[in-house]
Amino acid sequence: MRTINQFFSKIREINQRYAKPTVEMSRGVKISLAVLRVYLFLLVVLMIYKFITVLKVV
Amino acid sequence: MDMDFFSVLYYRFKKVWKAIRLYLVIAGPGLVVMIADNDAGGITTYAATGAKYGYHLIWFLLLLIPVAYYVQEMTVRLGAVTKRGHAEAIFESFGAFWGWFSLLDLMIVDWLTLVTEFVGMTAALSIFGVPAWLTVIIVVLLMSILVLNGRYWTWEKIALGFCLLNLIYIPAAFMVNPSISDIVGQGLIPNLPGGLTNELFFLLMANIGTTIAPWMLFFQQSSVVDKGLLEKDIKMGKIDTFIGSIITVAIAVFIVIVTGTLLNGVPIDDAATAAKLLMKTNQYVGAFMAIGLFDAGLLGAICISLASSWAFGEIFGWAHSLNTKVKEAPWFYISFFFTLATAGVVPLIPGAPLVLITLFVQVIAVTLLPAALVFLILLLNDKKTMGEYANTPLQNIVSTTIVVSIIILSTMYGVSALFPNLFQ
Repeated sequence: MRTINQFFSKIREINQRYAKPTVEMSRGVKISLAVLRVYLFLLVVLMIYKFITVLKVV
Repeated sequence: MDMDFFSVLYYRFKKVWKAIRLYLVIAGPGLVVMIADNDAGGITTYAATGAKYGYHLIWFLLLLIPVAYYVQEMTVRLGAVTKRGHAEAIFESFGAFWGWFSLLDLMIVDWLTLVTEFVGMTAALSIFGVPAWLTVIIVVLLMSILVLNGRYWTWEKIALGFCLLNLIYIPAAFMVNPSISDIVGQGLIPNLPGGLTNELFFLLMANIGTTIAPWMLFFQQSSVVDKGLLEKDIKMGKIDTFIGSIITVAIAVFIVIVTGTLLNGVPIDDAATAAKLLMKTNQYVGAFMAIGLFDAGLLGAICISLASSWAFGEIFGWAHSLNTKVKEAPWFYISFFFTLATAGVVPLIPGAPLVLITLFVQVIAVTLLPAALVFLILLLNDKKTMGEYANTPLQNIVSTTIVVSIIILSTMYGVSALFPNLFQ
């Protein structure tokens, strides 16, 4: 239990340490990150769709 | 007059010799990452390319030299300037969300790729009658000797020794007596044999996919940091990467020549099958193919498991250097051996879904590779951090073109792996 608590407190510490991105959030950076989010979201949707269709066949 | 001539010659010789010695000190990360790029999956892809299309796609492989170089040299600059690994650079620059995404994705894709390396190694040594369980034990012992010596320098030199063994495909190619005129005539002139069919497109994408892998970015940057390269070493680090990219593609070409000469038209599913078939024609060439496959899997395993351990160490704040002893960096070595041992056990499980794992590697790599490449370009444009080593406009044009092309093609590769009939 203590180890699990230590692990989660480490995760919280990491999240706090890197809470604020240091890269200058220019327009180009913002657009790139937004496009990346959309791209990854679409990929996840495709994977979920594939998973469901495979489950249906099984 | 004569004296002057000899003085100038001696001076130039000393200058060149000094440069070579400096290169030999700095050489390592670029060579190791590039040659390890020809891992077990890569050998299978090249063997299948030669068997299916003969020498016809050699020109395409040569195009991958600048692609591999331009992507990887950015990690040299980033590592030498920031003194941070790729995982830490992403966390710090883009925040915890993108950091965790990259780290967890890297962990999954590295572990799955590691399983495929063990599959390749066990298949390669099974040709010599070595049981799979013994291969796994041999590999884990070899990796222990490599990693536990407590010095990055020693680890790197031994890894370079395994890189040398990867050159075994060169004598193999000479032993099959290929027609040089055919290689030049068919291989060096750009052509698409039979037109751009789905099968050809899939194989081209597989060749790109095996040349640029997510773990390579993380590995080389962490390796540059662990070796302690500085800004002044960037030039030599780039030369190291360039030489590595030439060697990795040269090895791929020699594999294509071997299978293109002896197995042209024979369907190949994996490199171990190619080695078995080659043994029927020329037992030495078949044995060389099997030894090369084992070595490729071993090199891949060495680099991939280290890439994960370095990344975890950077983020969790553990000591994470090959220059540290086990007592000083227990979690670094525990995560290294945990990844290695759990991946090594999978091929030993009867009925393990190895085909599904290979499919997952392709698909999950597609989720990580674009993100890692986009972060790389954005980081290289952060003038506040990179200063004079930031990308120039020309470097941006070249690297962005390469990255966008890789993203499009690797996405199509991943999606076609999920939906095989989509592009028919």
